[in-house]
Amino acid sequence: MSSQHRNEKFISNYKRNADNAREKRDDMTPSLTREQGLELLRQMLRIRRFEERAAELYQLGKIHGFLHLYIGEEAVAAGSIPSFTNEDAIVATYREHGHALVRGTSMNQLMAELYGKAAGCAHGRGGSMHFFDASRRFYGGLAIVAGGLPVAVGLALADKMQGRTRVTGCYFGDGAVAEGEFHESLNLAALWKLPVLFLCENNLYAMGTALARHQSQPDIAAKAKAYAMGADTIDGMDVLAVETATGRAVERVRSGNGPYFLEYRTYRFRAHSMYDAELYRTKDEVSEWKRRDPIATFEQTLRQARLLRDEDLQQLEAAIATEIEDAVAFAEAAPWEPIEDLNKDVYTDERRTT
Amino acid sequence: MTKITYREAVRAGLRDALQRNPRVFLMGEDVGKYGGTYACSKGLLDEFGPERIRDTPLSESTFVGAGIGAALGGMRPIVEVMTVNFSLLALDQILNNAATLRHMSGGQFNVPLVVRMATGAGRQMAAQHSHSLEGWYAHIPGITVLTPATVTDARGMLFAAIQEPDPVFIFEHAYLYSMEGELEESWPAVDISRAAVRRPGKDVSLITFGGSLWKTLAAATQLAQEGIDAEVVDLRVLRPLDTGTILTSVRKTHRAVVIDEAWRTGSFAAEVAAQIMEGTFYDLDAPVARVCSEEVPIPYPKHLEEAALPQPNKIVKAVRRLLG
Repeated sequence: MSSQHRNEKFISNYKRNADNAREKRDDMTPSLTREQGLELLRQMLRIRRFEERAAELYQLGKIHGFLHLYIGEEAVAAGSIPSFTNEDAIVATYREHGHALVRGTSMNQLMAELYGKAAGCAHGRGGSMHFFDASRRFYGGLAIVAGGLPVAVGLALADKMQGRTRVTGCYFGDGAVAEGEFHESLNLAALWKLPVLFLCENNLYAMGTALARHQSQPDIAAKAKAYAMGADTIDGMDVLAVETATGRAVERVRSGNGPYFLEYRTYRFRAHSMYDAELYRTKDEVSEWKRRDPIATFEQTLRQARLLRDEDLQQLEAAIATEIEDAVAFAEAAPWEPIEDLNKDVYTDERRTT
Repeated sequence: MTKITYREAVRAGLRDALQRNPRVFLMGEDVGKYGGTYACSKGLLDEFGPERIRDTPLSESTFVGAGIGAALGGMRPIVEVMTVNFSLLALDQILNNAATLRHMSGGQFNVPLVVRMATGAGRQMAAQHSHSLEGWYAHIPGITVLTPATVTDARGMLFAAIQEPDPVFIFEHAYLYSMEGELEESWPAVDISRAAVRRPGKDVSLITFGGSLWKTLAAATQLAQEGIDAEVVDLRVLRPLDTGTILTSVRKTHRAVVIDEAWRTGSFAAEVAAQIMEGTFYDLDAPVARVCSEEVPIPYPKHLEEAALPQPNKIVKAVRRLLG
């Protein structure tokens, strides 16, 4: 089988599985309250509008470096992050704007971080790929693929050794599955029964290399099961499916049964970063996935359940637009870190800075 | 003063750290049941139990990264990487996470992690098990790099390291583990910011660290018989480097030879030579000389390995050239 054929076959199975999963959870909608539904929609819209604005600001030269947009994948962060308590820890990747937004770091701080201003959530030193927020136990923003997994395992080890019932949520993409650290970390977490939830955001592409072109076994959950932990595959375009599965998995991990693994099947609508000509996928493929846009489909779900009115949407959009423009104004006005502080915080004890 | 081996000194340091702080734990390959590849942790599993003496899979990147995470989570991990040769598998975690997190997060997260590993050649272990890469690690801002060469430093540096709020890397030369020495009673006061003058002298400064200290002292003894009074400086801490002690010594002797078991090109010896040039060029009566390893993968046969590494006679020759 040619690799292209294999890839197409895989993608078609992948969609069919996702559709089956959607049918199975149709009975969830009746229990959804209007308040819960609007909040999930609001968080997804916040991520999308924030990132659309960030892309514009990038074109205007206000934001530099790498900017990896999450657009298309919003259901995963919006549906999963609220399952964690304030005491739990989150470790994310370079595509983490959505996770930090839903975790509760203010948009002002996040926009200022994109600008590189000292008021940013990492003091402006990290930019798009390195959001941090100690007050929310948000440990990055770690931008080496799979580099966050061992750190998450260690955070969970610290909790277990200190008798705490916290959970560490570790986000990463399908590209990370090819790294040694993925396998080492799953093994160690399962071996030591550590309270870590692995959350794989499978958007089908490791940058530009399709999953089936870099994995002999493209079923990611099957790999996790091989390390003796439970694993589920979720439709990552369906915020309700994400919410239900993640809530269940977090509690399972919290109960002390060791790690658990969730694979969210999702799709990135935008380029990998701002430097990507997208030669590796067709426009048809992208537009087909856009028909499953997590925001549009969830709006539809809410309308059908009579939980969303036109004016609700207008109010949400207006409030988000204000939040974003306030954040842009905040970032514009915020001061730069003085150059004299360049060496600050290389070490805690500044005498060690040579 | 009591006589103690370097290995016993390391073990005493580990036991002491584990006793003093319940958040301290040791993890690494074969640190538990096996007792440590170099027997540094022998007996600790029985004394402290498997929660605190953790045998890990052969997953250097993940158990070093887990040390980083555990440190972030409030523990005080001591991670043993069996040897520097295997530490390359963990280099991403060390460089991209341990060393950067504090600065990159704007001071929100620090990583109080201690990593120990054996380093160095000289035991016929051939090309893949004979590296001296502590100079590479000293290149990285955000970490502290220690090279204990005496039993007192082996005992005391761990004590100091475990109190640091940021990552500390301790390189123990494998050749030294069986060496016996006098443990100075002042060991709890060992500081990890200064170099030490191990032998005062007036004619030439021999600047070295780690396993090369003893070869350098042997060379100094031989030079004394020829009437040359060499000062031996043990750097002890490669980062941050105590440039002051180096420059003070060179200003006194006006000549310097740097001895480093790493390959010459891009070696830590090159950094020391540059510091001397920048700091006290006009005090020099001769160019700074280096005695480093030959630029070859370290070979297995004893005669070839010896030829590849710094040796007392090479140091003596280098000094004679400077004074001649």
